[in-house]
Amino acid sequence: MPVPKMSNLRNSIDRPLLFAGLFIIAILVVGTVYTLIFEGNAALLSPTYLILQLKVASFLGIVAAGMMIVVLLGHIDLSVPWTMTASAMLAAAVGGPFAIPIGLGVGLAIGLFNGIGVAYLRVPSMIFTLGVNVMLRGFMVMLTGGFSPSSVPTDAMLWLAKGEIIGIPNPVIVWALISLAVAFMLRRMPLGRYIYAIGNREAAVYLSGVNTRLVVVASFALCSTLAAFAGILLAGYSSKAFQAMGDPYLLPSIAAVVIGGTNILGGAGRYAGTVVGTILIVLLQSVLSVMQMPEAGRQIIYGVVIVIMLLAYGRGQRLRV
Amino acid sequence: MEVLDTGPAAPLLEMRGIGKSYGGVAALDEVDFSAHASSIHAVLGENGAGKSTLIKIISGAIAPDRGTMSFDGRPITVADPQAANAVGIVTVFQELSVIPDLSVADNISITRPPKRLGLIDRRAQRRRAEELLARVGCEDVNPRARVGDLPLSRRQMVEIAKALGRDPKLLILDEATSALTAADVERVYTILHRLRDDGLALLYISHRMHEIEELADTISVFRNGRHISTFAKGTQSDDQIVQMMIGRDVSNVYPPKPVRTEPPPVELEVSRLGWTDRLSDISFTLGKGEIVGLGGLDGQGQREVLLALFGVLRNVSGTVRVFDHKGVPRSPVVATRPDHAMALIPEDRKTEGLMLPMSISDNISLTSLKWLSRGFVIDGTAEKNAVDGMIEKLRIKIGNPDDAVATLSGGNQQKVVIAKWLLTGPRILLLNDPTRGIDVGTKEEIYRLLRELADAGTSIILYSTDYDELIGCCDRVLILYGGRIVQTLEGDAITETNIVASSFNLPVESEAAAEPVRPQ
Amino acid sequence: MSNFRLWISHNTGALIAVVLFLVLYIFYSSLHPRGFTTDLLVQNSNEALALIFVSIAQTLVVILGGIDLSVGSLMTLVNAVASEVVIGTGPEIVLGIVICLAIGLAGGLMNGVIIVYGRLQPIVVTLATGAIFTGLALLVRPTPGGEVDGDLSWVATNALSELPATYGWWDSDPGWFNLVSGIPMPIVILLLVILLVWIPYRNSELGRGGYAIGSNEAAAYMSGVRINRSKLAAYTLSGMFAGLAGLYFAIQTGSGNADPIQAGTYTLNSIAAVVIGGTSLFGGSGGAIGTIFGVMVLRSITFCFRVVDTDSAVGFLANPLLQPMFEGLILVIAVTLGAARAFSVKNRLNMFR
Repeated sequence: MPVPKMSNLRNSIDRPLLFAGLFIIAILVVGTVYTLIFEGNAALLSPTYLILQLKVASFLGIVAAGMMIVVLLGHIDLSVPWTMTASAMLAAAVGGPFAIPIGLGVGLAIGLFNGIGVAYLRVPSMIFTLGVNVMLRGFMVMLTGGFSPSSVPTDAMLWLAKGEIIGIPNPVIVWALISLAVAFMLRRMPLGRYIYAIGNREAAVYLSGVNTRLVVVASFALCSTLAAFAGILLAGYSSKAFQAMGDPYLLPSIAAVVIGGTNILGGAGRYAGTVVGTILIVLLQSVLSVMQMPEAGRQIIYGVVIVIMLLAYGRGQRLRV
Repeated sequence: MEVLDTGPAAPLLEMRGIGKSYGGVAALDEVDFSAHASSIHAVLGENGAGKSTLIKIISGAIAPDRGTMSFDGRPITVADPQAANAVGIVTVFQELSVIPDLSVADNISITRPPKRLGLIDRRAQRRRAEELLARVGCEDVNPRARVGDLPLSRRQMVEIAKALGRDPKLLILDEATSALTAADVERVYTILHRLRDDGLALLYISHRMHEIEELADTISVFRNGRHISTFAKGTQSDDQIVQMMIGRDVSNVYPPKPVRTEPPPVELEVSRLGWTDRLSDISFTLGKGEIVGLGGLDGQGQREVLLALFGVLRNVSGTVRVFDHKGVPRSPVVATRPDHAMALIPEDRKTEGLMLPMSISDNISLTSLKWLSRGFVIDGTAEKNAVDGMIEKLRIKIGNPDDAVATLSGGNQQKVVIAKWLLTGPRILLLNDPTRGIDVGTKEEIYRLLRELADAGTSIILYSTDYDELIGCCDRVLILYGGRIVQTLEGDAITETNIVASSFNLPVESEAAAEPVRPQ
Repeated sequence: MSNFRLWISHNTGALIAVVLFLVLYIFYSSLHPRGFTTDLLVQNSNEALALIFVSIAQTLVVILGGIDLSVGSLMTLVNAVASEVVIGTGPEIVLGIVICLAIGLAGGLMNGVIIVYGRLQPIVVTLATGAIFTGLALLVRPTPGGEVDGDLSWVATNALSELPATYGWWDSDPGWFNLVSGIPMPIVILLLVILLVWIPYRNSELGRGGYAIGSNEAAAYMSGVRINRSKLAAYTLSGMFAGLAGLYFAIQTGSGNADPIQAGTYTLNSIAAVVIGGTSLFGGSGGAIGTIFGVMVLRSITFCFRVVDTDSAVGFLANPLLQPMFEGLILVIAVTLGAARAFSVKNRLNMFR
């Protein structure tokens, strides 16, 4: 099996999947006990509810898929929120049949810019993408302030986000297709292998005759394009492209990736983990709101859960000399 | 185990029944060891013999699984390096433990700095640094300079000054001279002898036999995690010592060199290669199937020659012709293309050659994914066949190709690096000290492999810090000094005396013998 | 190399920030309709101090080679608490201030304990604890409001002359006091904190340990640096600075607001200020003084846009909507210039280190 792995840590790689899966079940059990006691039903276990959650999760899931690629490299993309927003707003502003291609193109362009900054200028990705995020925000604020463009999604965007095929919401189908593609890329394509390898030791990959800078640029381009896609879907889902619509997706997407067992320093992690991590976060937020937990409590529980999950996955290696 | 009495006094350090295992493999097995005051005690052994583990246990970097230690007559346990320092055990490590962003003075007084009002007294600290630097003959180092800005050899001297500043009773030097220039090595010898005369116990670990002969009073040999023998210097011959280290006869280490009647066709032609102030006027040719050695003292530009040819260095001047291609490769991407077909076994396999946590299979196939793929998809079967073929060909000892490379021994890790390059079918192979830190058995296999490859038409440039290797392996040896080729040795002229002499830029024994003469 | 040139080369980043700040601030005050006045300085320093404290908090962690995404949230938590407790009689106010700083310390200690003993990456841990701090802030202060002692607010946000006047220390200012009475209180507070907290920390073994860890943790361990202690100290002190920021922000605004977006902005700006101030994100170098100037550069940019003549050719620059874009642009340009070494590297292998 060509999946890179850390054999000496093999157990702990699978552990995140197991733990996150168990935690998802625990969330559903606690939520159901709550609804049985206070509402007399088991609404959380109904297919309608679960499919709705998958639909909500698909937006975060697509963002997290892109984030994971960049995290595997040992980088991070903090420009995701306004990549989503800018793509969605520009897609809506252009309208017509080219709305979606334009939106994706904006994402691609941002990704290339990020990638060039990180790979060729060798600016730390955290800083570069942070700056790009702020610039995009300023740019979009200026644009909407000056021109007040249309924020209504096109029919195609609406269909993609709200339609369904044989009872399965379109976003879920899109997420599933993207997941298959990303998982395949990471497992079976040279690009995927290079991504893991660079996350482990970029110098060794460079000396192996691999064009590492191209791999980094391609990864950032993928990440931003996926974020743009999520933004376009989200605009269709909310029937409106609006400012700061991507802001609530940054931290959860990073959290989904690390809860899924991907090493934040890069080089190790499975795509399935990111899917499970996404579902965990979405379910947690949903069940807490079903339980009418105020925002304060939700934030606290959210933070505590991340810390506990990471502690449970096993602690980092003790400094060995 | 035979232990010779090394002195009348009770030992300063005494270890009994020390054991340490990693994942079921014993790194040290029931080892008894002692070191005496006023003595330089050399520890010898191949890699994996247990020397480093022993040192790390004494210095508190790792804890033993079993056994007891006593120091100065009192039983001790050293939980961490601080605890070792506290009793007077100080170690100068092979991997530098100086902190690059701090000043020389800060580094020297990193623990227990002089204080005023509870805070670090910078002025006193600088004065202390000046005193200690003077003791190691490095008055030229400014205590305010960042250590990271100093050249490697100065950094190592700072490290030694720092160790002296801790008032050691037992000073351990782990490959401490590997980064030093010849002049510094002399200085270190003088200091070590003086320290011994002052009553210190010194433990000295080195792979260089001649160093040990010059320095040590007592020698201990380790093999496979066991303490084989301890004896006074001069009581055993070199051959006997080597016997103890490897535990069997070594004969015919090097395969025979081919006899040429005419020069082979030139595959690589380098003329007037230069780079910053590190390389100048490097000109030589490499013929098909030749093994050309790069020799000389460490750090005279040998590494840079290889990196320049492989496209890693920027702003290289001069011309290079690789087969029919003129010009220095712009990057490793170009150098590894089939029309150049070059390969580089880098200096440090851990940071430049391998992705340690990834599998053996992933590491071997990394260079060849392009032709192991159909379209954009890796062909799993082709990859497996290619990897298995390499593992068999190089006799890499592994459990499973999916295991992490980190689980392999040094020698097998180096074989993985070689395997990943052989898979590309290189026509020009550049090797940067490929046998450093590798056991004798694997070394032999590598020597044989290199000659096989050369006989099959691969052209090889071999940089080695080991004279023996250059003598045994190479058809021709270029000696570098200060970034220039100062001598070309060929055939019978490749002798230890000639290599050593020209390494220090001295005339060789017989000038005539060093002229490019084709052996019959 | 002479000692002076060594000093310059070790502090290049911070010195660039100082020069940049001076250029920007002179430009700003010369364009300002009323020119450079004490009032202007007081106003500007009020706007900078909270961010300075948050950025120093970030600096402490960045020196270790880490990053703290929770500083803004911790500041917000303390801000919310301060709007409840920094009021009443004199002793009550003092107790309130102590509580605020203690919460900051505790928050930082919590980060440190999880990172050190849990052996987890700071970026993910502080991501999570940031959510916890935000949640706690919302618990304390679900809606913006609260109150902070008015006298304290007045004194802390005006020139030093108001300190004795407000608390009636003396009837007429003694002669020596006139020399310093014009100094804005935020600058006095900052100087005191630097003198009493930063400089002792910088010159302590714990503080130097932090630098050593950021520079090369394995070497620091082998050299006998007490790694865990130094890390815990840095995170705890970082928490205290975040607390100071929250406290000052409450005093300055006279109220509290558990606003997660504002927390995020402060965190992001703190990273920007650290970078502009010459502290390496890889750890091991830099310091609070550089960061202070990094903040002042960031703030000066904002100030400059205020004074641009809206009727002039560059009048569109005065559009407040444009400010975020320029802040981002300047951050990107600053780090890109800092990264120019990527092009001067002669041995490309050095780019990976």
